[in-house]
Amino acid sequence: MAVSHLECKECKAEYPLEALYVCDRCFGPLQVAYQHEHPEDIGELRRRIQGGPQNIWRYADFLPLAGGPPGPSGRLASRVGLPAGCTPLIRADRLAAHLGLREVWVKNDAANPTHSFKDRVVSVAVARARELGFETIACASTGNLANSVAAHGAALGLESYVFIPADLEEQKVLATGVYGTRLVGVNGNYDDVNRLCTELCAEREWAFVNINLRPYYAEGSKTLAFEIAEQLGWELPDRCVVPIASGSLFTKIAQGFAEWRELGLLDSASGSAPQLPRMSGAQAQGCSPVASAFAAGDDVCRPVKPDTIAKSLAIGNPADGPYALELARRSGGSVDAVSDEEIRAGISLLARTTGIFTETAGGVTTAVLAKLAERGEIDPDERVVLVITGEGLKTLDAVRGTFESIEIEPTVASFDAAAAIAA
Amino acid sequence: MAVVVKIPTQLRAAAEGQAETEVEGATVQEVLDGLFARFEELRTRIADEDGSLRRFVNIYVAGEDIRFLDGLATPVGDGAEVTILPAVAGG
Repeated sequence: MAVSHLECKECKAEYPLEALYVCDRCFGPLQVAYQHEHPEDIGELRRRIQGGPQNIWRYADFLPLAGGPPGPSGRLASRVGLPAGCTPLIRADRLAAHLGLREVWVKNDAANPTHSFKDRVVSVAVARARELGFETIACASTGNLANSVAAHGAALGLESYVFIPADLEEQKVLATGVYGTRLVGVNGNYDDVNRLCTELCAEREWAFVNINLRPYYAEGSKTLAFEIAEQLGWELPDRCVVPIASGSLFTKIAQGFAEWRELGLLDSASGSAPQLPRMSGAQAQGCSPVASAFAAGDDVCRPVKPDTIAKSLAIGNPADGPYALELARRSGGSVDAVSDEEIRAGISLLARTTGIFTETAGGVTTAVLAKLAERGEIDPDERVVLVITGEGLKTLDAVRGTFESIEIEPTVASFDAAAAIAA
Repeated sequence: MAVVVKIPTQLRAAAEGQAETEVEGATVQEVLDGLFARFEELRTRIADEDGSLRRFVNIYVAGEDIRFLDGLATPVGDGAEVTILPAVAGG
């Protein structure tokens, strides 16, 4: 396998591939380093990927497992765990026309086993945790991760502890507890939960997927980039619009594209070297530390106390904030924030033009795409991918009262009378 | 005033293996100075050359991030708990 070691993103100190996440020397974050051999036959490598399982393990060469894929699995059949990934990439011409754009695609990651992109990162983290001998998995979550860790624990027979803010959406709480996890509601916001779990992580022999397993966990998000490129026929989009909570997903999607470009796996329509996409980040105004820093020209984020309906993005103290800022600037992208009203409108716009019902985070992303289009920031010829990370059924309150329906007696006359009024 | 400082695992080797220690100080800065006086190596680990905290270090007083308070000038009462943690977690 190509996976090599852990290295500090700041000072480049090297560490073994263990459950470590912070550099002892400078406190910088650790990331997985690889030593890929440059493929001699690109066609053969592409065919091998295409012939792989219909889930993220088709990209096992680019993921941090020592032993390769955890076992045989396909899209609908698996001998090990819950197969994540290979979600649809859907051409959204009606959405594009509405926004005055030419080519918009929706990557619908709600089509994962627990209905969010978190199944990708949890699959990788839990597979690595098992390789390292852990018997208990845990997480600090804003909701989607809670669902995924609880479900993966159940699928693999691992004990799990899930820590969430006590005031999370009911749907996300119910869709976690059902898996039989130990669910802990914390009286505080996500950043309080995260601090508590960082402290607990030092005291327990558990694999906290987004703390001590975080270098492996984060790698799972690269599979979104790999899929998008593969689904576009080994080409890159010109721009990706991606929600930002901690900034990990945002930066790892870009890293996935860069790794494949480096290996020569990607083509460009013009035949020249493929250009990495502009990365446009999306936040809610009620929790926009990265968007605020981007607008102010700062290279660090000032933490905030979140107050937004987009609870899955409500991280006031984003761990990868500095890297997200650097990426948005380097790629010629942006980071924008939208109001709760714009988020509701974004959910509605996506639903009415694509048939995809997303949660509040997807409303944020769609609303930011609409804002960029309105500002004229997107060249009409750009190929844009909108990354939809989660499912609308998990945040139903956001759409309550946003449409009308009629109630009638079961007679034609009653319908005709009501329809006449409605029309 | 005696303050309890909780030391993260990543720094314990530089603090004689201790998970927490008691130092004197009326502000976070004074508490850190007291901590660095006792364990000199900690200074280079969590502070830059100009004395400011490295960007991936979070400090909490009674569970609250000092960036929501007065930063390094945040007052700490007798018996207060100051927690040093890595910022790179979660999400």
